[in-house]
Amino acid sequence: MSHYEAPIREPLILGNKSYHDITEDIAKPIEGKANKNWYIAFYISMAAMLWGVGCIFYTVGTGIGVWGLNKNIQWAWDITNFVWWVGIGHAGTLISAVLLLFRQKWRMAINRSAEAMTIFAVFQAGLFPIIHMGRPWDAYWVLPIPNQFGSLWVNFNSPLLWDVFAISTYLSVSLVFWWTGLLPDFAMIRDRAVKPFQKKIYSLLSFGWSGRAKDWQRFEEVSLVLAGLATPLVLSVHTIVSMDFATSINPGWHSTIFPPYFVAGAIFSGFAMVQTLMGVMRKVTNLENYITRLHIEYMNKVIILTGGIVAVAYGSEFFIAWYTGSPYENYTYLSVGAATGPYAWAFWSLITFNIIIPQLLWIKKFRRSFIISFIISIAINIGMWFERFDIIAIVLSKGQLPSTWWRFEPTFVDTGIFIGTIGFFFVLFLLYARTFPVIAQAEVKTILKSSGENYKKLRDSNHE
Amino acid sequence: MSNKVIHAFYNDDEVVLDAVKKVKAAHHHIEEVFCPFPVHGLDKAMGLAPTRIAITAFMYGVLGLGVAIWMTNYMMIQDWPQDIGGKPNFTWWSNMHAFVPILFELTVFFAAHLMVITFYMRSRIWPFKEAENPDPRTTDDHFLMEIPVHDNEKELTSLLKETGAVEINIVEKH
Repeated sequence: MSHYEAPIREPLILGNKSYHDITEDIAKPIEGKANKNWYIAFYISMAAMLWGVGCIFYTVGTGIGVWGLNKNIQWAWDITNFVWWVGIGHAGTLISAVLLLFRQKWRMAINRSAEAMTIFAVFQAGLFPIIHMGRPWDAYWVLPIPNQFGSLWVNFNSPLLWDVFAISTYLSVSLVFWWTGLLPDFAMIRDRAVKPFQKKIYSLLSFGWSGRAKDWQRFEEVSLVLAGLATPLVLSVHTIVSMDFATSINPGWHSTIFPPYFVAGAIFSGFAMVQTLMGVMRKVTNLENYITRLHIEYMNKVIILTGGIVAVAYGSEFFIAWYTGSPYENYTYLSVGAATGPYAWAFWSLITFNIIIPQLLWIKKFRRSFIISFIISIAINIGMWFERFDIIAIVLSKGQLPSTWWRFEPTFVDTGIFIGTIGFFFVLFLLYARTFPVIAQAEVKTILKSSGENYKKLRDSNHE
Repeated sequence: MSNKVIHAFYNDDEVVLDAVKKVKAAHHHIEEVFCPFPVHGLDKAMGLAPTRIAITAFMYGVLGLGVAIWMTNYMMIQDWPQDIGGKPNFTWWSNMHAFVPILFELTVFFAAHLMVITFYMRSRIWPFKEAENPDPRTTDDHFLMEIPVHDNEKELTSLLKETGAVEINIVEKH
């Protein structure tokens, strides 16, 4: 009876699975050969990545002038992309940390890949501020070391420096959280490996994990404490990112609701990206029995909630911009001026992709449909990119004086670097999907008896 | 003294938990139990002391906070005071509000990383470490109970059979 779960709850693991079947299913994508689709996706991503690398070299070699920036708009695509990628990076730790604290069993099928997504997304995010420095070889100046002209230190009053600390803490803590969870699963692959080279690699990756009772006791405690630490951490990261804007004096940016609104937006976009990746991954790795309709529905519920918070925040920003009666406020990113001005297309893209389309998820049939969830998740990814673009480009395009009214036009380098990071992200994710256990199999085994379809059926028939 | 041990295999988490309780009740020493996944209550049944790793995390967090206070004070107030945007820099206290994000991040950074390093050191797991589980099945679907033998092989074997072991091997431990 220690594995009792209410019969009303749908099973999280479908089919007649035993512990050994879980091992087999999760080891299969690693031990088998990649199919043609994997190679096609990999080469396309690789090409996109190389294009991005070329654009980065061109930027660094020539100067930031090759971007579409001008005297008024010094931030545009680069910081948009930075905030977009950091936002995407929020779902992984949220799923593994917050849902662990809430004892949500459904997180176990998706936490591994969501965390991988987090780490790979934060890599991409980190690239943009470094490239924007113009002299990336001096990037280490952001560390708290005296510079070579004396003992002048970094400025701890600056939100940009807070970002350095927040994002590096977030990246490194997410990485150890992920890796610690991976140890038992790497050990499983190691103990099954037949080829000597494979055995060697997975022995190295598994750090010699042996699965003693004491190790498991510590493992669970460490996971719990890391979840407790990562929960405020994940909220702090996008709070601090929002302070890059909120502590400035630009109307449209200087807004006290930015921190909670950015955090909700980050979770919204992160879950959308998890939804996009899971929609593909469950098919190509044949893990449909572990990533089920129920998982998709649960994620869609989180998307409705966080999307709702974001929509309310948009509404209040729009209202306040109008209510101030200030003509200048009428040019912030959520205002009548923005809705009818030269950036109306960006404004309406934001409203359509971020507010209108996700409302379809209120319909249960859509929420439980793989294909519709996938399409909506793509829409949200686009919408959340526009949110950051609107905040940055629309606000900066209208200065206090008409002589400072400029427009931002991206160059091929702006778009090229963005495409490059998408390519790099998918290169990393595709390699991960072939070499890492993509589901936390040790954790999934602990819920097999409570939430596995066959065990639930057995229990329910005994009760009748 | 002989180094003989019994390896009893189980293929179910509930059975192994009951078996541990029965072996303990018969006053035998359980050297180790290797599991493919965590079994709740197993540590208590085996008589393992609760882990103190959460306490170390708290201490590391306090250390991280201390380092952050020292660092911001030394760099921004003592060594090279900078007046940025008119933010007061005469005392650490009056400038502290701007340091809150740094204080928080370094607290988490120290607590998380040092706790994980402590876990790796205490459980003896690190790169290039050789695995010590005696059978590869223990990372798949089998649980292995290791009991030292002191000329009581028959008694132990029959006890373990009763508890539902699926395989019992007596091996020489090196």
